[in-house]
Amino acid sequence: MARPAYEKPTLVRNTIGLMNKAGRRADLDEESSLDGIPVTKLCAEFGSPLFVFSERRLRAKIQEAKDALARRHPKATLCWSYKTNYLDAICAVHHQEGSLAEVVSGMEYEKARRLGVPGDRIVFNGPAKTRTELERAVQERAIVHADHMEEICLLERIAAERGERPTVGLRVSLDAGVHPRWDRFGFNLESGQALQAARRIARGGRLNLGGLHTHIGTFITEPAAYGRSAATLAAFAGAVEKDTGARPTHLDLGGGYASTNTLGSQYHSGALAPTFAEYAEAIGSALVDAGDGTTPLLPLLVEAGRTLVDDCGTLLATVLSVKRLGDGRRAIVIDAGVNLLFTAWWYRLNVVPARNTGGFIEETVVYGPLCMNIDCIRESVALPDLKPGDRLSISPVGAYCVTQSMQFIHLRPACVMIDPRGRAHVIRRAEVLEDLTGPERLPEYLRLEGMREPGAVRRPAETGPARRD
Amino acid sequence: MSRTDFDPSALRALAISETGFVFDPRTGHSYSVNGTGLAVLSGLREGLDLPGIARRLYEQFEVEDATVEEDVALFAQRMRDFGLGVRPGTAG
Ligand SMILES: Cc1ncc(COP(=O)(O)O)c(C=O)c1O
Repeated sequence: MARPAYEKPTLVRNTIGLMNKAGRRADLDEESSLDGIPVTKLCAEFGSPLFVFSERRLRAKIQEAKDALARRHPKATLCWSYKTNYLDAICAVHHQEGSLAEVVSGMEYEKARRLGVPGDRIVFNGPAKTRTELERAVQERAIVHADHMEEICLLERIAAERGERPTVGLRVSLDAGVHPRWDRFGFNLESGQALQAARRIARGGRLNLGGLHTHIGTFITEPAAYGRSAATLAAFAGAVEKDTGARPTHLDLGGGYASTNTLGSQYHSGALAPTFAEYAEAIGSALVDAGDGTTPLLPLLVEAGRTLVDDCGTLLATVLSVKRLGDGRRAIVIDAGVNLLFTAWWYRLNVVPARNTGGFIEETVVYGPLCMNIDCIRESVALPDLKPGDRLSISPVGAYCVTQSMQFIHLRPACVMIDPRGRAHVIRRAEVLEDLTGPERLPEYLRLEGMREPGAVRRPAETGPARRD
Repeated sequence: MSRTDFDPSALRALAISETGFVFDPRTGHSYSVNGTGLAVLSGLREGLDLPGIARRLYEQFEVEDATVEEDVALFAQRMRDFGLGVRPGTAG
């Protein structure tokens, strides 16, 4: 008879509430393949760690959001928030599905243009637009939302120089009952600054009034908050029209819709997050209620980011070592750290073994490879006994992880996308050392000629007289 | 005579199920152990020393890497930390 496989002997003290977390659990989720491709095959072919995106899931998410909006608003358009994930392939999928680009910097603007997005399909937000960037945006008829009064003045000067009358919208901060309240971006509504700015644009004689934009915060799990912001923004649009005679061209309700990730502070699993339909319902009914029943609703833009892409991304990683900490807890070190998983600092990411080891499940600390104390992916997650070389899948990591990843100590890994037919495509190759050293310049006098041959390090005596001090 | 620093009567007092549930009636604490952990506990109860227990694990299980001695020592240390199987009053 075959002997059972050896596992390190494990002893866990049961505590109330954790009873079911130690021992053998039959209900452990496994994710041994992604869109039909075994995790082991993906890692063998493309390396580890590895970001894997599901095109099928991404298209389904976008379609679901579009349908949800279309059922509740006659003229709603999704805008892809580039900062969430601006890999070309991800952006291209969004644009193929009809989304505009929403950018917050000149670099993102350029990236969208380079991909083939026309200027008039780019929403240009952000608190730090330069003169050159604004000149280009005006020339290419981008949808600009001004962040502060100096920007409006700058746009007036650009308009005068060009002899044009560009359309300029406003970013508005408002009280939607969300904490913390985001009021550092745009013009505040309650204090009257937003109305002042709208008057300046509408009556200044150089610009046309564009749309009104607001972004109330991030990872907001309460759809009603969007109902309140939609109602407030719509009422403000009415007030602006009454005051200035100019009707805003659109309302833009920004992003911040929750993904199925779980915040560190959340008690319930993020899988219970509202669906996009619930957000769309709150927005749609608030806008209908705010209308007079006869005037057509203003076109609506929505800048959903994480809710669309987070669940479409998984990071595959490999166990490097297994150890016991001084206090007896089990810990594993894996080849992916907070350099790739920035969001691990505020989410409890799912960490799941790629194969069912059948081993003894125990609360385990998951560390990255960075040689820094802050490099912890999970303080505690129920994992079976693992061995070096075992693969793990970490999810959801589709939002912000790639764009905020750092080249720190380790080169960044490849990203692949699995198409709806189950074929994997490299959408960003793994970095090589030249990607890091390419932009560097070593001043001539710092060249280490003497270190070329082993043992040829020059001693101070050979380089000059010894200092006496 | 025990050939380890564990206390035979404390070890005998433990209620150990085949599924790896361990109850210590002296403290009221319960523990979960895996298959190899069970083997270590029964080895201790039989009075084996730690190297003897490691040898038994090599025989009973399909071992790929050779860290069994260290693993057994760590397990024993965890028992001491929890005050499991040690003389009353010496519980950690
Ligand atoms: C202006 C704007 N729109 C949209 C987004 C996307 O946010 P999220 O990914 O939370 O939906 C952000 C993110 O901060 C933003 O600043």
